[in-house]
Amino acid sequence: MTVLTAPRATRDLLRQPVLVAAWVVVALAIGWALLPQLFTSFSPYTGDPTASFAPPSADHWFGTDRLGRDLYARCVYGARTTLTATLLAVVVAFGIGTVIGLVAGYFGRLWDNAIMRVVDVFLAIPSLLLAMVVVSVLGYSANNIALAVGISSIASFARVMRSEVLAVVGQDYVKAAYGAGAGRLAVLARHVVPNSLSSVIALAALEVGTAVLAVASLGFLGYGSPPPEPEWGLLVAEGRDYVAVHPWISILPGTALALVVIAAHRISTSLRKDPRR
Amino acid sequence: MTDPLLRLRNLTVEYRAGRRWTPAVRDASLHVEPGEFVSLVGESGSGKTTLVQAALGLLPPAARQSSGTVQYSDVDVTGWSDRRMALVRGNYVGFIPQDPNTSLNPVKKIGQQVIEAVKFNETKRRDAAAWRDAALESLRTAGLADAERVFAQYPHELSGGMKQRALIAIALAGKPKLILADEPTSALDVTVQRRILDHLASLREELGIGILLVTHDLGVALDRSDRIAVMQGGLIVEEGPTARIIEDAADPYTRRLLDAAPSRHTGRLEPATGTRPEDDSIVLRAKGIAKTYRLRGRGRRELRALDGVDLAVRRGTTHAIVGESGAGKSTLARILVGFDAPDRTPEPGTVHLGDRELTGLGHKALREVRRDLQFVFQNPFTSLDPRFTVERIIAEPLRALQIPGDRRARVVQLLEAVALDESHLGRLPAELSGGQRQRVAIARALAPNPDVLVLDEAVSALDVSVQAQILRLLVDLQGEFGLAYVFVTHDLGVVRLIADDVTVMREGAVVESGPAAAVLAAPEADYTRELLAAVPGTRPATVR
Amino acid sequence: MLRYAALKTGRALFVVWAAFTLTFVLLFVLPANPEDLLFDPAELNTIPPEVREQVAANYGFDEPVLVQYFERLGRALAGDFGNSVQSGKPVTEAVLGVLPNTLLLSAGALALAALIAYGIALTATSTRRPWLRNLVESLPSAAVSVPVFLSGILLLQVFAFKLGWFPAFGSDGPASLVLPLVTLAVPVSGPIAQLLVRRFTAELESGYVTTSRAKGATREQIVTGDVFRNASLPALTITGITFGNLIAGSVITETVFAREGVGRLTQTAINTLDVPLVQGIVVLVAASFAFINLAVDLVYPLLDPRLRATLALEAR
Repeated sequence: MTVLTAPRATRDLLRQPVLVAAWVVVALAIGWALLPQLFTSFSPYTGDPTASFAPPSADHWFGTDRLGRDLYARCVYGARTTLTATLLAVVVAFGIGTVIGLVAGYFGRLWDNAIMRVVDVFLAIPSLLLAMVVVSVLGYSANNIALAVGISSIASFARVMRSEVLAVVGQDYVKAAYGAGAGRLAVLARHVVPNSLSSVIALAALEVGTAVLAVASLGFLGYGSPPPEPEWGLLVAEGRDYVAVHPWISILPGTALALVVIAAHRISTSLRKDPRR
Repeated sequence: MTDPLLRLRNLTVEYRAGRRWTPAVRDASLHVEPGEFVSLVGESGSGKTTLVQAALGLLPPAARQSSGTVQYSDVDVTGWSDRRMALVRGNYVGFIPQDPNTSLNPVKKIGQQVIEAVKFNETKRRDAAAWRDAALESLRTAGLADAERVFAQYPHELSGGMKQRALIAIALAGKPKLILADEPTSALDVTVQRRILDHLASLREELGIGILLVTHDLGVALDRSDRIAVMQGGLIVEEGPTARIIEDAADPYTRRLLDAAPSRHTGRLEPATGTRPEDDSIVLRAKGIAKTYRLRGRGRRELRALDGVDLAVRRGTTHAIVGESGAGKSTLARILVGFDAPDRTPEPGTVHLGDRELTGLGHKALREVRRDLQFVFQNPFTSLDPRFTVERIIAEPLRALQIPGDRRARVVQLLEAVALDESHLGRLPAELSGGQRQRVAIARALAPNPDVLVLDEAVSALDVSVQAQILRLLVDLQGEFGLAYVFVTHDLGVVRLIADDVTVMREGAVVESGPAAAVLAAPEADYTRELLAAVPGTRPATVR
Repeated sequence: MLRYAALKTGRALFVVWAAFTLTFVLLFVLPANPEDLLFDPAELNTIPPEVREQVAANYGFDEPVLVQYFERLGRALAGDFGNSVQSGKPVTEAVLGVLPNTLLLSAGALALAALIAYGIALTATSTRRPWLRNLVESLPSAAVSVPVFLSGILLLQVFAFKLGWFPAFGSDGPASLVLPLVTLAVPVSGPIAQLLVRRFTAELESGYVTTSRAKGATREQIVTGDVFRNASLPALTITGITFGNLIAGSVITETVFAREGVGRLTQTAINTLDVPLVQGIVVLVAASFAFINLAVDLVYPLLDPRLRATLALEAR
């Protein structure tokens, strides 16, 4: 972003209260993950067993669980587990997927055919199912969940990157660059990659939301770090047995999770509407 | 005296831009009498399309008609609901849209689409056979002799001209008294354009309907209309009988348009400074160029894009290649600069730049050739990387070809050569107008100081007045740097302005080639004569 | 056209074969001692080595990998994926036993999702109130953002526990299907609705709509006569995403509502590391995906004459 357009961008942002709220939610979640002790003075692991199942109150914003642990504190600390896994997943998927898509799209022909047939196979297995299989082979842990979710999304990144690269390669300005005397690698680095990345980055932002969901879903199914480690999906799963009597135990952590995903989606849409495109 | 078919009074239409409303049409008044052919002329962004949409009640949701009235005969339809307007549209006023390629439903047969147009405007119930007959008749009236066949075809099976005729049939199906046509021929070849316009004119005579033609091409308007209205920046700046406009245009903008129209010039433009060298040495020569595209899939279906084409470009002169779509002129241009390779069989075609052979050169060797041979694309909106600043765009060849010297100084010098200045250095293409972008593209092509510039329809995407400026610029640059141009165009009018030599192409083959003045004055081939006759603005208006 | 069909069929078969190979590598080759996966991890250290060898021999793990591979592939071609480690039943039988439940749930949810998606698209594109349009357009992204387990639990809490309208768990009777159906339909509807909103908007702005309106058609006539079909066709292109959402959603939905089905079976199979069962399920899912995609690829040209024309041209 150039200096010239920065104030305009800020002004545009302020006209969209929902987008601002989305950024606030994401910033808050990152804050929770980085410095949880700033946001709560309770411990996520030890509680007061006499105060089990306390409803939400001024002391315990989200109430307490069966062991009397403060649920807000568990949510705050759980952000680190969930968001770290998400970040790792997106980095894996983005890093590998983009390179694969670039090779397929730019070098074409044999490369393209071979890579896309493999991608087809990965797309044929729904990513949650693939992630479950991968995690069962790797063993249950938060990092392995991250890896599994990352691996299962490589294919979709590769596909988007490939189609973007194909679209950019067909553009006149790429031919013009060749015409200006630029070599293949220079064109790749200076024109093809920057111009194809923008929509893949929008996908990455969207994928953050999807990956949070996938990580939490696997956590919910019990494939993540074992209790007492706080993790958003696991928090919901833990509260599930008491949902009839103490609904907030499941619903409040779940709602926090949903808000983060919605916010990530909103930001991703705003990235896709890049004014230059 | 009876009311006119259409009367717009003090019409103002505004578009929502953020929180504000900006006017697209301001206080416009216009009328069309029965049997009258009126043209509304304006460049892009002048508001002419918006005016037609307002008249039809088809404004997009972001627009509103803030004042003025729309009246059909004696009925004021201002503020009518969509449902009531639907009764007027088709029935009283027919509409011919701009782009025939997107204006028909791609998954419905033509017949079905015409039948709908009949049905919507008929109050009586009739049986299927009667609908079919009415639709067929309408197709025939639109000039489709083979109506039965077209009836059963899908849009993608028809040529552009036939699609436009199908759209005319749809417009006529409701037996309207008035037809509004929004740039009905700008997506078509000139010879097809001519036939379509001839047909519209004959409809007016046979059926006595009124026609309002919206066009960017003053030549078309001068050829056909009884009256002309000129629009600029949302205002109707001038309106009057065609003869009066030609002889005595009151508005300066109208006079500028008249001056810019290529057909209004008789000779070649001369450079402001420098002289054109009279040098007959050949700088670029192509011999026996053929190009066959193999279609995908089984079998050996082939598309012969070029078939044994020869071309010789003299140093410091302009050689125009002219032809309609499918002539192979763009393929030839791409082969000339090495973007594409000609067939090796049965005999290898060759391209020579000076005494260097280009054909068969590898990537590295071709890069060396780029110093002397550059290319300008048709569309300045796609040929500039949207993420590059003007400075980076123009510096790209300097960098890629490792041309020594102060790069920034050279870029500024090039910007000045194309009549831009230092203030544009940091801009992105999105912040430039179409004309400015094409200037930047030309500056980039000039950067390595080439001998030859191949321009592929380089002015076709631009408005006439901008086009005139760019042509002027090209001629001046040629005088200054002694450049040779290969100028690919579909527009014979432009050829007259800029070319020393001309090659006329059709379906991959050369029809005629020679000095421009001679070919234009006394064409040998029938096809060249047909092309010449189709150039709009060359015949006197049929004034009643 | 024939060539096109053959190509697409070949690709579908390749996908199924590759899915089998991939799971074979993941489940039988990558683990250092695949037989370990067959035991409960907690008891692994207490099992005497000769028992483990015995088990390995039973499952053929002592043979060279390639021999194992071709043996398993051969049997899989005949529909035999071996026996489930946990129940001892043949894998095929175990999967087919619960398949109808999941099919019913998925089909119902898909229908409901389509209904929701069309509702959203038609409301968003026909309303003249900007706030309503914005609201409705934000629904799809909310639908995909709310975790399935959360919406399931919310629905349970409100309609089963608070109001008592529907049973909370189990898979008997139509009433027990309602909550899972809604839970599953919501995330599935999201992407379809997003696509439809985009397509309806684009189609309504396209040239032929202007032509139709100029013919004298009203908005309603155009939506029903032209736009509906043209905007719906591209929904077939996201069949893959829809299918993935249905599978992922049914795993969670069936867990939350404790319903019998392929999803729950998958979860149990993974939890107990029931390797043959996992492989059977993955191959079945990939095969269904490939088959559905193949069907779409073959049907699409029948619905879109433009595609039919390009295919005819290629094949000539």
